[in-house]
Amino acid sequence: MRLTDDLIATDIAAYLEKHENKSLLRFITCGSVDDGKSTLIGRLLYDSKMIFEDQLAALESDSKKVGTQGENIDFALLVDGLAAEREQGITIDVAYRFFATDKRKFIVADTPGHEQYTRNMATGASTADVAILMVDARKGILTQTRRHSFITTLLGIRRLVLAVNKMDLVDYDETVFNDIVEDFYAFADELATDLEVQPIPMSALAGVNITSRSDETSWYDGPSLMEYLENVPVGDRRRSAPFRMPVQWVNRPNLDFRGFSGQIAAGTVKPGDRVKSMPSGRQSTIERIVTATGDLKEAIAGQSVTLTLADEIDASRGDVIVTADNPTEVSDQFQVRILWMNEAPLLPGRRYYLKIGAKTVMATVNAPKYGIDVNTLSDVPARTLEMNHIGVTTVSLDQAIPFDPYDENRELGGFILIDRMTNDTVGLGLIDFALRRASNIHWQAMDIDRDVLAEQKGQRPAVLWFTGLSGSGKSTIANALQKQLFALGKHTFTLDGDNVRHGLNRDLGFTDADRVENIRRVANVARLMSDAGLITLVSFISPFRAERQMARNLMADGEFIEVFVDTPLDVAEQRDVKGLYKKARSGEIKNFTGISSPYEAPKAPEIRINTVDRTPEDAAEEILGYLKEHGFLGS
Amino acid sequence: MPQLTHLDRLEAESIHIIREVAAECENPVMLYSVGKDSAVMLHLAMKAFYPSRPPFPLMHVDTTWKFREMIEFRDRKAAEMGMDLIVHINEEGVRDGVGPFSHGSALHTDVMKTQALKQALDKYKFTAAFGGARRDEEKSRAKERIFSFRSAEHRWDPKRQRPEPWNLYNTRINQGESIRVFPLSNWTEPDIWQYIRRENIEIVPLYFAAERPVVNWNGVDIMVDDDRMPEELAATAVMKSVRFRTLGCYPLTGAVESTAATLDEIIQEMLLTSTSERQGRVIDVDQSASMEKKKQEGYF
Repeated sequence: MRLTDDLIATDIAAYLEKHENKSLLRFITCGSVDDGKSTLIGRLLYDSKMIFEDQLAALESDSKKVGTQGENIDFALLVDGLAAEREQGITIDVAYRFFATDKRKFIVADTPGHEQYTRNMATGASTADVAILMVDARKGILTQTRRHSFITTLLGIRRLVLAVNKMDLVDYDETVFNDIVEDFYAFADELATDLEVQPIPMSALAGVNITSRSDETSWYDGPSLMEYLENVPVGDRRRSAPFRMPVQWVNRPNLDFRGFSGQIAAGTVKPGDRVKSMPSGRQSTIERIVTATGDLKEAIAGQSVTLTLADEIDASRGDVIVTADNPTEVSDQFQVRILWMNEAPLLPGRRYYLKIGAKTVMATVNAPKYGIDVNTLSDVPARTLEMNHIGVTTVSLDQAIPFDPYDENRELGGFILIDRMTNDTVGLGLIDFALRRASNIHWQAMDIDRDVLAEQKGQRPAVLWFTGLSGSGKSTIANALQKQLFALGKHTFTLDGDNVRHGLNRDLGFTDADRVENIRRVANVARLMSDAGLITLVSFISPFRAERQMARNLMADGEFIEVFVDTPLDVAEQRDVKGLYKKARSGEIKNFTGISSPYEAPKAPEIRINTVDRTPEDAAEEILGYLKEHGFLGS
Repeated sequence: MPQLTHLDRLEAESIHIIREVAAECENPVMLYSVGKDSAVMLHLAMKAFYPSRPPFPLMHVDTTWKFREMIEFRDRKAAEMGMDLIVHINEEGVRDGVGPFSHGSALHTDVMKTQALKQALDKYKFTAAFGGARRDEEKSRAKERIFSFRSAEHRWDPKRQRPEPWNLYNTRINQGESIRVFPLSNWTEPDIWQYIRRENIEIVPLYFAAERPVVNWNGVDIMVDDDRMPEELAATAVMKSVRFRTLGCYPLTGAVESTAATLDEIIQEMLLTSTSERQGRVIDVDQSASMEKKKQEGYF
């Protein structure tokens, strides 16, 4: 198994020719340290001669110092990379390992098995062809085995190795092995119908059934682990799927050349093939497959290429070139499964960036329909998603995108969610199906449209969004302004925090998630009012920048006017009109903005009002001046 | 139906990564160290954008102690490829006369390489920098993402790495932050050599064995490349048939005795050899977990 091919010494050129044509297999190992996962990987590296003498010397000295195998080599030490991990004796992240045999190169995603590392395992599984599930022969199928099976199949892996390890500790007993395999099949059927499972009895420590079949298990007639890994088919499903290529980059060196560069996500393509560019659906024919070393006659899934088309089609980054016979669907609303990956939980209703293929769009993630318990695989109620939790929910996008369901195509059905403030990757998502097809959506085109309604009232609609601490004077100023506008014959309406919470939003409390939903509803009502041509005054504490930005995005351009009522906390607290600050200080009210919940001040409001030493009427005049100046009040 | 070989798949992945940076990052640069990994990375960039040129410049952080052959090769290669080349030198370090013989490897590397790199990235306000590092080189690299984020102070926080499922990379950064991008993450040393052979990529002749003047310094054979080597040390020089497995500052790069003068012979030697690649590098062996610590401090 080691790379001790005689050809290396005798005929290196022949050896290299042979090795240029190896294939590549990516697999993931799942299990905890106790199951012997690190030992297994260490041994695979060792047996394929990926360990050099100097590393071996370090390994031997480390084994004696901190190893757990007495005087023997502790293979696990080879793979526990970061200093923090070695000290704590745990594996905290995904590590990638490499080794090769004469037939294949292997990339191993080595991930920890505990529940708090579900996200790491999912990441490793997302690119893997095969998963190795480690099971301790003495313990059999455990909760974690079910969890690992679930996560790897969720991410689309359909070939599993059930590695029943530590067989040496049960005297290589065939019945022990058979019982475990039977237990596994009993629940594996629920995971996926097209699952292929290869159970292998082994001992990573003793090297039994790792590189070749061993005498200790004469009753076993299946492949050794390495025989399996070297021979399992790679990429076959992806190649036989319909052609898909997300456009990553438009290649325009000069006016005569226009190519679409990307990595083929599925299928094959040849010059002359009829294709469509999605989401536009425009048809054309493949003219050339351009590479630096000459045009190709055919390209297949996994290759990075540049395509030129026979017709001038205006495709751009994020569009997907697909076979015309079997194009993708296009939609802007989906049912999805989401795995949450961030310490800050999902806030349903908040907008996140969603990246899929080469496309990034804005997405609103709705409250989960239910969560999935990764240990029991049963549905559980969920209002939000915490880190490492998986839930089923719906998302709506600000534009329609081409996609395939994840189970048919990983690249066109898998997405990440990105927090707009921290830029962290907070979620991993899988598209199940579209809730409606974009082609069915068309807004009722009204003859009496918003412009007509506004004109009738002799004004331009606006949403004046008053934000500031409780007691800062938002409602008082809004009231004064509304009186002045009324006197000028303008059509207005005020949405106030207190009165909306008594009706429309009375089901909401004051947690972060509820505050987000509160603002989402109010912003949508304000949008409808501005469509009706009204000047709407919204008076809400609205402490989070992200939600005010969400409201801003919802309105027509230039119609959102953020009014920051900038009263310092000590002044507002001194006023304490409703006596709320006193209650908040005494702990009677929880999540009170400014005291026990943050207020994120606007960075660039259209209007900033200083209320100290100033009457509400005076402040209202200033806002009125702004409206006149910007043409909201007509001529 | 054609099958993709392991080199095909590695190439396609790297090209995807390089294009993604060009499409999404505001001001990218490719760090070009003149070594074999850089040669492969540049070759991949040329392929990624063909028939266009890569839409970013090359940058070399020159410690002023590189082999002379490296500098000649660098300038010729950039011109041949039609790439813009930025060369950055830490002028303060030059003024203070910092060098490996006078100041030792640790201080020299910190001032002329780590500090110089930070200076250059700050000066040109690059938001993304390609590097040729591979995960098989060193344990802490095995856990680093392909897109690796650095704070405004260029620090790496291993606990705040972004997950990279599928081939989806989140390239968003805040003001002042930057990304190091490693398109060769999943390549191993044998992959690199085999690809150089398959694609006929030109590399610096120092990789091939030849008779060269070497001296033994701190237990390592180093080459006499110019007259800045202390005289008494240079006086001990002997001619040996040697080659270099990695290239850096000549006083810090150990030569290996070898007669491998062709690519096939180099690969043959590597496959039969028994020490790992970085062993010839003086900076890694300072202390255990030293690379991880250096990375947190801003070393690439």
